[in-house]
Amino acid sequence: MSVEWPLWEVFIRSQHGLAHKHVGSLHAPDAEMAIRNARDVYTRRNEGVSIWVVRSADVHATSPGAKEPLFEPANDKVYRHPTFFPMPDEVKHL
Amino acid sequence: MYAQMVDTGVAKVQDAAQMSAEEQAFQARVDADVKIEPKDWMPEAYRRTLVRQIQQHAHSEIVGMLPEGNWITRAPTLKRKAILMAKVQDEGGHGLYLYAAAETLGVSRDQLVEDLHAGKVKYSSIFNYPTLTWADIGTIGWLVDGAAIMNQIPLCRCSYGPYSRAMIRICKEESFHQRQGFDIMMALCKGTAEQKAMAQDALDRWWWPSLMMFGPPDAQSVHSAQSARWKIKLLSNDELRQRFVDQTVPQADYLGLRVPDPALEWNASTGHYDFGAIDWDEFHQVLKGNGPCNKDRMRTRIKAWDDGRWVREAAVACADKRAARAARQAA
Repeated sequence: MSVEWPLWEVFIRSQHGLAHKHVGSLHAPDAEMAIRNARDVYTRRNEGVSIWVVRSADVHATSPGAKEPLFEPANDKVYRHPTFFPMPDEVKHL
Repeated sequence: MYAQMVDTGVAKVQDAAQMSAEEQAFQARVDADVKIEPKDWMPEAYRRTLVRQIQQHAHSEIVGMLPEGNWITRAPTLKRKAILMAKVQDEGGHGLYLYAAAETLGVSRDQLVEDLHAGKVKYSSIFNYPTLTWADIGTIGWLVDGAAIMNQIPLCRCSYGPYSRAMIRICKEESFHQRQGFDIMMALCKGTAEQKAMAQDALDRWWWPSLMMFGPPDAQSVHSAQSARWKIKLLSNDELRQRFVDQTVPQADYLGLRVPDPALEWNASTGHYDFGAIDWDEFHQVLKGNGPCNKDRMRTRIKAWDDGRWVREAAVACADKRAARAARQAA
């Protein structure tokens, strides 16, 4: 028997209350071992206070070919950024 | 470097006229410093070269654990032992980041390991030298990790996203390795005459192999130009080697150690150190498998893989059993 352990994606939340962030991947036979391994590999220097692991096969992603139809429409909508609106210097708290 | 003489499979750098429309678009993205991601279209030669390069690099991290692991049980103090264990554990982690990056290119982890064991893929020449004394551990951290950092910092900007991200993580951890090595050297050089002599002996043995780590001279590096075009090699072998010498000689001076090169001399007109000829025959012999420790390193790696097989299989069996039990209970 030679079965390769499945691949897991690892997400870590740092101490500062930010969202979990993808840090890398690893192989493990199950979720429990994936979390143990993630702890050994990705939190050796106090990088995190919480770990998520997800089977890589369960991650659904946009395809690189769809980049333009998906993301380009945002390009011509600069008014969604506050810097689009020039404000007079003498007006405060805006 | 950790990846030496990586074959691109391309005899000559392609110019735009020889490229397909897809290849031209790819090269334009690379030229514009847009990162290439796993699912993006890429030339087959780029993919294959990256697999080789990242794989060599990963194997070097893993095989590199062996010469240092040799001294864990004999570290002079508990503090040094704890530090060395942390360092060797880091190397294992670095290997993992790199294997994971290679796997995004469509190769399996087991295949990568089998390629190493079958001798199809190399690891860095430097790990085929023995660690004879405790000073070798200091010298490896100082010189070998120093050389690795020199090579890896530019690679943080390489064109392939997963490789670049692995390099950024590795570089963050690597400077601890270099400093712990220099710290060992400082302790020895401030110690007894015998300790200082031990430090000098280690430098004498590791200096030239460290310079060889950067790979053959640029004139003989047939694949470098294509790799540079693809931005998976950002500085040439000779450039990196010169930077390494310039950085390291003053450190040796600080330690009061003599670099074993009679031709070594500061050149005020170039602003660099001139250094003597490297014995490339030795380098090629080591790559061919005739270094002092090649056979021993591979034997140890293969034994670890074979001896661990039952653990890997048992872990899968346990996971399967638990999953089956959970399914039964849910039913």
